Amino acid sequence: MQLYLSLNAFKDAHICVFICIYILIVSHECKPYGITLSTKIQPMLFAEEARRRSRNRRSKSQRKAKQVSEDEDEEEDEEEEEDEPPRRRGRRKTTKTDEDETPQRRGRGKRTKPQDSDEDDEGDKQRAARKGSKASKKKAAKETSDEESEEERVSRKKAGRAVSKKEKEEQNKEQKGNVKGKDGENKDKKKKKKMSSSSSSSSSSDSDEESLSEGEIAALKEQVEEKKKLIATLRNKPWRMKKRLSLLKEAQDFVEKFEGALGKGKGRRLYAFKVMMTKVLMGLPYGSIPRKTVPRDEEDTAMDFSVLFDFGVMIFALSLNTEFLTCSCGIARVTEITEERGYCKYSILFYGYYNNDRTIGVLQYRLPLSYLLTSVGVFGYSLLVVIRTMARNANEGGDGGDEGEFIFSWKMFTSWDYLIGNPETADNKYASITTSFKESIVDEQENQKDENIHLRRFLRVFANFLILCSLGGSGYLIYFVVKRSQEFAKMDPKTLTWFENNEVEFVMSLLGLVCPPLFETIAELEDYHPRIALKWQLGRIFALFLGNLYTFLFALFDEVTAKLETEKSIKNATEWALHQYYANYSSFYNTTDVPPPKVAPADVIRGPCWETGVGREFVKLIVSDVQVTYLTILVGDFARAFIVRFLNYCWCWDLEAGFPSYGEFDISGNVLGLVFNQGMIWMGAFYAPGLVGMNVLRLLTSMYYQSWAVMACNVPHERVFKASRSNNFYMGLLLLVLFLSLLPVVYSMMTLAPSFDCGPFSGQEKMYDVVIETIDQDLPAFIGNIFIYASNPGLIMPAILLMILAIYYLNTVSKAYQQANTDLKKKMQMAREDEKNRRNNKDSTNQVMKDLEDLMPDKSLAPPPAEEEKPPEVVIDKSVKPTKTKPGTAGKGVNVQKEVSLAAPNPRRPVTHAPGPRGGPPGNTRSPQPQPGKGRGQGAAPRR
Amino acid sequence: MGNKQTTFTEEQLEAYQVALHGRYRELAPHLVPLDYTNNPDIRVPLSLIVTMPELKENPFRDRIVETFSEDGQGNMSFNDFVDMFSALCETSPRELKTIYAFKIYDYNRDNFICKEDLQKTLNKLTKGELTPEEVTLVCDKAIEEADLDADNKLSFADFENMISKAPDFLSNFHIRI
Repeated sequence: MQLYLSLNAFKDAHICVFICIYILIVSHECKPYGITLSTKIQPMLFAEEARRRSRNRRSKSQRKAKQVSEDEDEEEDEEEEEDEPPRRRGRRKTTKTDEDETPQRRGRGKRTKPQDSDEDDEGDKQRAARKGSKASKKKAAKETSDEESEEERVSRKKAGRAVSKKEKEEQNKEQKGNVKGKDGENKDKKKKKKMSSSSSSSSSSDSDEESLSEGEIAALKEQVEEKKKLIATLRNKPWRMKKRLSLLKEAQDFVEKFEGALGKGKGRRLYAFKVMMTKVLMGLPYGSIPRKTVPRDEEDTAMDFSVLFDFGVMIFALSLNTEFLTCSCGIARVTEITEERGYCKYSILFYGYYNNDRTIGVLQYRLPLSYLLTSVGVFGYSLLVVIRTMARNANEGGDGGDEGEFIFSWKMFTSWDYLIGNPETADNKYASITTSFKESIVDEQENQKDENIHLRRFLRVFANFLILCSLGGSGYLIYFVVKRSQEFAKMDPKTLTWFENNEVEFVMSLLGLVCPPLFETIAELEDYHPRIALKWQLGRIFALFLGNLYTFLFALFDEVTAKLETEKSIKNATEWALHQYYANYSSFYNTTDVPPPKVAPADVIRGPCWETGVGREFVKLIVSDVQVTYLTILVGDFARAFIVRFLNYCWCWDLEAGFPSYGEFDISGNVLGLVFNQGMIWMGAFYAPGLVGMNVLRLLTSMYYQSWAVMACNVPHERVFKASRSNNFYMGLLLLVLFLSLLPVVYSMMTLAPSFDCGPFSGQEKMYDVVIETIDQDLPAFIGNIFIYASNPGLIMPAILLMILAIYYLNTVSKAYQQANTDLKKKMQMAREDEKNRRNNKDSTNQVMKDLEDLMPDKSLAPPPAEEEKPPEVVIDKSVKPTKTKPGTAGKGVNVQKEVSLAAPNPRRPVTHAPGPRGGPPGNTRSPQPQPGKGRGQGAAPRR
Repeated sequence: MGNKQTTFTEEQLEAYQVALHGRYRELAPHLVPLDYTNNPDIRVPLSLIVTMPELKENPFRDRIVETFSEDGQGNMSFNDFVDMFSALCETSPRELKTIYAFKIYDYNRDNFICKEDLQKTLNKLTKGELTPEEVTLVCDKAIEEADLDADNKLSFADFENMISKAPDFLSNFHIRI
């Protein structure tokens, strides 16, 4: 309910929030495809195109001449002449240097490909520029010169380093490129039709296909030219404006679309940007560091759909938009995904990206040290914040000692917020007040109820047993699935289905969906008070989540140990190869000054890097969690609300009030989800630092998304229990989660050996060696000594002992304070009762006093008339002239009241002073027998 | 004119009065003159006052207007109007608010909040969604809690004692204009 109120702020904007979310979703869904599609296909297309054209140019210039006008072709040929020499040189070099190829050169070979295409691209551009209108000639010329200088640079580079590549490899690439190119052309031809053939199928490519595609490109170019001409001359055509407009639009679209492919205008720049992005994402700019580049055998698929599939994005997209262009293609590809690939794995997101250089830059930034300290510091800070919040809450909660006193009256007189001026808010407030009254009534009735306690006990034990069983079952299921997934990982990846690949995340999400309702059903047996039942429920869901997470972790640790094994062997192999190399080199050149082996960063043999593996698991978990949450909202809330709302007009029973009705917003469940999510972030942040950023994004989007869902398709929970600020329940859960997520991370930090070739701690025995190293090398010696002394067990043991003693002492003190507190409270209670007694002449409230009175010889009840009279008088006095009460007088009125209440404490005086003669006031009928001469016990005694 | 509650400074009062007069006048433009120099005796009826957006959603709007109007029927002069917002403003003292709150909740104006008053209050708060048994239970409980002198109704003293300990009375019992 609180949430509802706070969400009212969004009420007005919720439509635009919806739009925002929609845009977010759409862009989220489309962007990867856009990039992957074009970046994947276009380079291939161009590379292929370039090669073919350069080869066939001369022989086919005649054929082309038929299609393209004469002068243009001449220009083109001239251009080609300019382009040709360096390239041919490059090619000759390629063949020449084939035998003395080194791995590094192999690496360069890859790089030349996009450049090749670039070049050709530029050629096209130039041609087009010349063909283009005269007005743009100047600009085009400028660009041309730019490009030419670039070309020169490129050619110089090439001349210097010589392109080289294994012939076979090139062949393969070409084949692949062919297929891709064909795909692209098909796509072009069919204009946005689905790509039907899966691109990795290895079809034989021969010269027929080449020439065909060549012709097609020419045709395409011609078409573009035609369209351009059409645009230029449209004004002169004797057509109706409607037709003109539609034709113009069509032509413009066409030109814009294919101009890029042919290398001109906006499309070309976009294309260049994409090529650059590919390079950046592949890690080529950082060239020298292997851990930041995508390995050679993964480069082809790194920008593929498989990256998306890894993180399961596709499932989301599929469910949203089944007609989407890449769908059929995507499904075809699913089956061939082997393992996690893609540049993400080698990006800044994960542990493996970071260097192990001790210092970076002029500022001597110590990356490994700060990596470790940040990870530890995050835990420390989170711990501090959670505990501080809890302590503050406890303090605030302590003030509310009186809370039990006036539940109903407070609800009655102070619950309405007079500021409310909005009908919807008012409705919510009415509902919340009603709910809170009902809750209190249930509380009250609960206090009085007492039934068959044995049956209930049995049922509770039974329910707990059932829940334990399902918890254990879910834990085992996850363990089983993770184990199975490890077996799958060893099997031939091509035989695995999509489900087998994503089984773990799927099962975990499914358990998270199914178990909570199951628990709720079981909890019906227990028949607890709703608030207690809610806590039990939350605790159980929490146990489920945590159990699942921990099983997952244990299974993961098994995997990590397996990876450590393979890593050891790889490490040995690498060292041996290096040793061989050094030995060979020194014996061959007869020198001891051996340069490091030249290996392209993408080709370096690497270990499995278990930290990145763990980080990837966590990222996958988070992403699948997001998907499940969003889908649940979309299906469980939105679709349901939609159906209920609109099918209600033609249904046999009332859907809104009857069975499906609208979804309720489950505050507690959502809070728990947040807590759990935070736990995963804490755990995963060490292995995947980018996870934190991802989580921020997720939280932002989910806030808007859920607020929309709440406002649009949910109804308030029937029984909402206020999770107020002073409630430490959730904070306690958070603390527990924090502690539990701290454990595995610290364990891995302290005991497991870091990977030898990736991450900031590579080369260290243990991760914390970084700290020791820093102390040794960078701090003065005496500080090192201090640390050595401080880490002595002889010092640590007493310190721990001291801390335990301090905790014990503080605990005792706090208990004493608590005792004092309750004593004081009791006293206050008694004072109040006493006061009540004195005001109340019947004494009926205090049984003990009554008994005492009964024992007395003459029991009497003498009313103290004064205070019975006064309050009404005062009130009447004020009510006579209500509007003329100035603040001052109001204060006086209150003072009068105070006087009255001050007069109250001495009610016995009138009794001792002979109430009889004064006589009770006539109006005072409440005192049963105001007999003169009969005071209270003490009062009567002196008279006798 | 309406400066009985001196919780403002003079300038604030001026500004406030001008603003308030604007609000007052727009409720009934045909009744209220712009010129107030001769203190004309003009009253705006309850039905018009409660249409103000500040009061429109309040379940106790009728009672509020009746309480602050001089004749008790809800016909408010401009002075009453200023009184109302002055008492309900954020800075007015707790004692004052308590007094007016007591009056608002005292439907039958007998200077006690009795069971009938409580029932009316409760029904307005929950839009009558509680069953009669529940209403009775809640009212009994409320009186049992707050009634110090066991007369089965709440006197002002009881009310004040109870309200003074309530945590959100001050934050909830005010109107911003």
